[in-house]
Amino acid sequence: MKKWVWTGFSIFFFLLLISSLCNAQKTILLSTTTSTQDSGLLDVLLPVFEKKTSYFVKTIAVGSGQAMAMGQKGEADVLLVHSPAAEKKFVAEGYGINRRIVMHNDFIIVGPPTDSAKIKGVKLASEAFKKIASTQALFLSRSDKSGTHTKEMDIWKAAGIKPDGEKWYQQTGLGMGQNLNVTSEKKGYTLTDRGTYLALKKNLGLDILVEGDAILLNIYHVIEVNPAKWPKVNATGAKAFADFMVSKETQEVIKTFGVEKFGSPLFFPDAGKKEEELGK
Amino acid sequence: MALIFEGIKKAFWLLITFDPEVMRITFLSLQVSGIATLISLFIGISIGVTVALSRFTGKRIVVSFINTGMALPPVVVGLFVTIFLWRNGPLGFFGILYTPVAMIIAQTVIASPIVMGITLAAIQQLPQKLRLQILALGATRLQMVWILIKEAKLPLLAAVMAGFGGVISEVGASITVGGNIKGYSRVLTTATVMETSRGNFDIAIALGIILLLLAYFINLILTQIQQRERPR
Repeated sequence: MKKWVWTGFSIFFFLLLISSLCNAQKTILLSTTTSTQDSGLLDVLLPVFEKKTSYFVKTIAVGSGQAMAMGQKGEADVLLVHSPAAEKKFVAEGYGINRRIVMHNDFIIVGPPTDSAKIKGVKLASEAFKKIASTQALFLSRSDKSGTHTKEMDIWKAAGIKPDGEKWYQQTGLGMGQNLNVTSEKKGYTLTDRGTYLALKKNLGLDILVEGDAILLNIYHVIEVNPAKWPKVNATGAKAFADFMVSKETQEVIKTFGVEKFGSPLFFPDAGKKEEELGK
Repeated sequence: MALIFEGIKKAFWLLITFDPEVMRITFLSLQVSGIATLISLFIGISIGVTVALSRFTGKRIVVSFINTGMALPPVVVGLFVTIFLWRNGPLGFFGILYTPVAMIIAQTVIASPIVMGITLAAIQQLPQKLRLQILALGATRLQMVWILIKEAKLPLLAAVMAGFGGVISEVGASITVGGNIKGYSRVLTTATVMETSRGNFDIAIALGIILLLLAYFINLILTQIQQRERPR
């Protein structure tokens, strides 16, 4: 009996040892939003990067809010996120350095084809939100501090409405894909990024109702976690990845990604541009 | 409904063609949960037997703690293991967060109380006199424990199945400590969650079916061992 216990434990610690040795290899911890993984973009980009640099990238796909929380604790090396206001704060507080623009796509407001709130074709997103509120049409919010949720809060603010606690405003706490499924089942309205909507479209009974407003711009930045604050961060790896994301070849890949499958690109490359220039 | 048939079709297709990605995550699932179950057997049976055979004040409280442990939510286990393994956390120097080893640790924490609780009940339901009899025949204490374990073989194998079933099917801990990294820490359950959120429901169903098939074969083997010689 006792012998068994000891063999068990020694096997266990042997495994621990091996894996910590493996870890000594060059790994990069990338904390990113679910949309970059769910759209399949990273599945295309990462193998290229890993082959080129022999780094191993560990992708942790979470909401932008959680991704930045991990960066704030030094538990990630590099972030690829889409929540500009929170990102600026993140950098200003010294947690991140070298914030660079990578690409953009856009958010859209989707809802049932019957469109009881009559928002189809409305130009301003805030105007559409006002109509949803005044007709008390069901709105499904992700409420998870993700980039999409942050954007949604911005639009409510622009509309001058505090939806919290209203009966027609339901908070799911789900990821984008699942939130779209719930919205479709309940015949409600929601804000989504275009990529996830296109990927799931075939199973959804939802139409694009509002698009093209400047506030609906969805911009992705890459940020390196500040090694001065967290010495254990893999700073050279983070820089290599960030450089790769804004490099010419990668930007070319982003430009054509999704065209074959969806008929239109999911992301538009923006490296080197300024945030203010976009959407013009 | 059509989706479910689509999923079944997909599952067989993935299995027949030996899809390398699916083979890899299936093998990793088996590996991680298998090792976790083995370790939890050592921990669960040794502590379970010790508690069952000893008499001390507050034993009922200890037993109730162990039984509550059987209800440990995987997500909470995952969160705690993550906090311990963070590189700036107390066990950060190992550098094993987001590795299969971290998943084994989390799953061991989930499975151990299950094995422990069932072992405890299995040993306690053996007749008291059996112990005296074995000792009277000149067995050492260790030999007695060994005979008791063999005597409780049936429920103990049930403990193995319950422990394995608990960890092969959990997703909350695996996704928080493993990170669902492609080709590295992606297992059947975490892949199912991801494919669901990607809207690939047929693949998600297919992965679920493969998981059930895997669980079935493991349990078939364990049941063979369990039922081999029925006690007279």
